[in-house]
Amino acid sequence: MLALVGTVPDLRFPLVHGAVGWRDGAPTVDGRKLPVHRGTPALVAAAAAASRCLDGPEVYAFLAGDVGRGDGSRELYRFLARRLPEFPFDVLTFHYLQPDVDWHNKVLFAVEEMKRRPVLVADAGFMYAAKMSGQAPAYDFFTPDAGELAFLADEKAPHPFYTRGFVLHGSNDVPRLIRRAYEHRNAAAHLLVKGEKDFVANEGGILGTVDHPSCEAMEAIGGTGDTLTALLSVLCGAGFDAEEAAAAAARANRLAGCLADPTPATQVRELIERIPQALGRVLKGASTQVADGVVP
Amino acid sequence: MGPPPEIRTGCDLVVEFPLVEELNVLRELDNADIPPLRVVPVSAPLLEPVSLFHVKDFGTCIMVRAANMKITVEKESLVIVNVSGGGCPDVPYLAAELTGKTLEEAPAPKELGHTLCGYALQLAYEEVRRQCSP
Repeated sequence: MLALVGTVPDLRFPLVHGAVGWRDGAPTVDGRKLPVHRGTPALVAAAAAASRCLDGPEVYAFLAGDVGRGDGSRELYRFLARRLPEFPFDVLTFHYLQPDVDWHNKVLFAVEEMKRRPVLVADAGFMYAAKMSGQAPAYDFFTPDAGELAFLADEKAPHPFYTRGFVLHGSNDVPRLIRRAYEHRNAAAHLLVKGEKDFVANEGGILGTVDHPSCEAMEAIGGTGDTLTALLSVLCGAGFDAEEAAAAAARANRLAGCLADPTPATQVRELIERIPQALGRVLKGASTQVADGVVP
Repeated sequence: MGPPPEIRTGCDLVVEFPLVEELNVLRELDNADIPPLRVVPVSAPLLEPVSLFHVKDFGTCIMVRAANMKITVEKESLVIVNVSGGGCPDVPYLAAELTGKTLEEAPAPKELGHTLCGYALQLAYEEVRRQCSP
């Protein structure tokens, strides 16, 4: 079973947890429908779509409402620190949460108490907290973009907002930043770096890159990183090894984007609708060639 | 409490708060008419906020990235068509509030945001306004 942890941008949304369902074209958790724009609701929707297509792992979610004040995140941290050891997850993915090192550490302690240690994936705010805590190597995957990779590579930065200029300036030199992140022990066992070219790396270096298919407009679309993390999590939950899961997730995410024939104004919901088709093609080893937005 | 020696200038008073809530704290202090002289991370007081912007021209749209935040505006209508990046929980909220509105109609991220990601988005928003000004 795969579990996703994150926040919903609605103050009235209470702490809920449960298996992810689907109603009227939107995911549900504990009977509550999630509005899919971006952020963790997009992660949940994409994971549900991918898992259905694969007949993959059951998707479970822990969610709370938070618009940046941190109260929903802290409620969620408190719940997880107490209750996480009761759950039998194969993969545990942390997402949009207010970065808080103390609470991060309490949750990581709770993970260590689980009967079987799940594959740990961290993205967004929880990845920031994981780096700041000095516990990055405890994770199996981080999924940064170029700006976040520069933050991981800057051993002094407490948040991407404070990444030093000389590190950020070289954000096009992804291999150098990856090396630097590992040198300072600020990277997970594997990195899936999303960008114009996606990189899969571990401490030994670059394991592979994915740059096809390519749609330039995807960089502007909010939520394409969330869909990538969803695909990675589902594939890990379906038993793929780390490198295979990362490469297939990157290919499927790119293909889903290109199938939507995107412009910089496209919204992530349109990509999520293409995930089953894209993932199906990638896993069959079929062509990912896209001509005018149509897979031949 | 006094500030770290690297930034001490005299008989200064320092207030410590969770760094990630910087935007929220600055807004409160401004509203109380006591803006701080400086805001610095405790772990590294000499660090400065990002000042480097990446600008990408998509033809009909322009995208500006500041640190981990990106904002994309359609050049002719000045409508904010996408907000991406970031990791703090105000980002999806800000994205929903800004997307679909023009640069004139949309609230500034610093009015609604609470975190450093919100602050980074504010910087990207100011830069895209500058890029789109006649």
